Amino acid sequence: MPGVKVRWSGRSGLNTEDLMSDESKSEKPTNPPPSAGPQKVPPVPSTSTPKPVPKAKAPPAAPTGPADPAPPEDVSEPGFLTQLRTAHGTAIQKVSYWVGDWSVIVSLSSLLDVVKYLRDAPDAAFDYCSDVTATDWPPRDQRFDVIYCLYSTRHRHRVRIKVHAAEDEPVPSVTDIWPAANWLEREVYDLFGVNFVGHPDRRRLLMPDEWQGHPQRKDYPLEGPGELLMENPQDWLRLRNIRDEAEIE
Amino acid sequence: MKIEAPRPMFDTSELVLNMGPQHPSTHGVLRIVLRLDGERVVDADIVVGYLHRGIEKLCENRDWSQIILLTDRMDYVAAASSNLGYCETVEKLMSVEVPRRAQYIRTILGELQRIASHCLWLGTHAMDIGAMTVFLYAFRERELILDLFEEYCGARLTYNATRIGGLPLDIPPGWDKKVREFCDIMDSKLGEYETLLTHNRIWLERTKGIGVIDGPEAIAMGLCGPTLRGSGVPRDVRKDEPYAAYDEFDFEVPIGTEGDTYDRYLVRLEEFRQSLRIIRQAIDGLPEGPIVGKVPRLIKPPAGETYHAVESPKGEIGFFIASDGRSTNPYRFRVRPPSFCNLQGLRRLIRGHLVADVVALIGSIDIVLGEVDR
Repeated sequence: MPGVKVRWSGRSGLNTEDLMSDESKSEKPTNPPPSAGPQKVPPVPSTSTPKPVPKAKAPPAAPTGPADPAPPEDVSEPGFLTQLRTAHGTAIQKVSYWVGDWSVIVSLSSLLDVVKYLRDAPDAAFDYCSDVTATDWPPRDQRFDVIYCLYSTRHRHRVRIKVHAAEDEPVPSVTDIWPAANWLEREVYDLFGVNFVGHPDRRRLLMPDEWQGHPQRKDYPLEGPGELLMENPQDWLRLRNIRDEAEIE
Repeated sequence: MKIEAPRPMFDTSELVLNMGPQHPSTHGVLRIVLRLDGERVVDADIVVGYLHRGIEKLCENRDWSQIILLTDRMDYVAAASSNLGYCETVEKLMSVEVPRRAQYIRTILGELQRIASHCLWLGTHAMDIGAMTVFLYAFRERELILDLFEEYCGARLTYNATRIGGLPLDIPPGWDKKVREFCDIMDSKLGEYETLLTHNRIWLERTKGIGVIDGPEAIAMGLCGPTLRGSGVPRDVRKDEPYAAYDEFDFEVPIGTEGDTYDRYLVRLEEFRQSLRIIRQAIDGLPEGPIVGKVPRLIKPPAGETYHAVESPKGEIGFFIASDGRSTNPYRFRVRPPSFCNLQGLRRLIRGHLVADVVALIGSIDIVLGEVDR
């Protein structure tokens, strides 16, 4: 026990000294050392030229649309496309070929005619609707590309049909032609807000029924809107605009 | 005295029954709102989205090479197939050539994954119908595959097993011998499964004539994979649009005749054998050489869009990817999930069947909710 006492007293004595010395030590680095002081003091503007602050790079402008390159001359068009040209020549806006994929951009008004033709024509026979999806290009007037990936189980070939659509522009549903498109279109409606008309069951699919907004759009924040959007979309929009303005300034 | 007409003892109106989202037989968080007439299903509404994590949105904000491990999290019982599908799509977009050795190893991984996924399917499907033993048997063999994967890449479930342009690793020494041994074991165990189920009277009664769908209707419904092949449509991405090294191997695409649950079972069982056949050929002919192609350090595919599909154990998994050509993340990333498209057909399949058959049919289309909801 006495040993403990001795140690205790000794340590308490040391402790205060240590504290003192610690304080003095800790103060040292904050005070500039006298030798290095004059050279490194920042508030002397006349001698040292102010380093140019690198300006935050402006984000590149949002892309306005996919490339959709025209087919090169040495690639010959598949037969069903040539026939589609003769049958629905006015509907075709562009034919594009990229890394082995053919895609056809058609006008929205004749979408149903074209896909019906592609399903029924014996040389095309696109009986399998692999996928319906969309891409969002906000700077464009018709911001959405709705894309139909088609496959033929008979001829084993593929084609992509693409239409442009504005935010509320009605896009005819292809569920009558391929029932497979039912959920796929519902998902596109849910995540992009593409206005499909003639769909038998147009409800949200992945997001909750009462959700506001369409998450897959490019202007929808990645982190999500938080609770506020669910409760009061108007307030959320106002707050978001304020935050955006603050970021710009 | 006035005699009242006897009132019916039971209410005869339709009953709405909520199955799921917490139900052991829905293989995850699937909710089915059944409208029942007695015990018969009049109609059903299938509600999904409980596992929606926004993987597509997330991928559009990630580096091209960071996406590979997000694809693991979609079909988490067949992660290697999703990895392969994504990497092949980016390679197509960049026109990168993958060395032959890498193609072969990818094929082996893909087929091992198919067997593992089918093992899980067989076990759970049989257990849903009431055959407990098959579950234990099938998981015993699945364990062997997980060990092989663990030895190859260190993970047992989310493999991150491919890279854009090739593979992260060459196979460890002696691995090919172990795979060959596994093939022999699996071959002998398939007989056990068949003894337990194929001629089992209870199994036949529960699966024959349940959920019949014919070929043209299955195509129109967008079914894919073994579910479509059970209806007699010889559609297999491995054969029709060969990828990896599938065009160099000899294998058959099994198809059913009736399009019922039993046929879908037989198709998958035969796929075990075909997968083993492919693995054996790939191991025998495994070429020497590099495992990574010429890929730039910073992956930035040129502007353009493409759709590419591979055959996952569940069916055709397709990736639609758009690149704007200047950022290090995809502009649009879309997965065509096979489970999603198969689940869509469930409503058509269960109509008119008993509630007990709903469970059999969910198992029969082999869904993974992580992939349905993404």
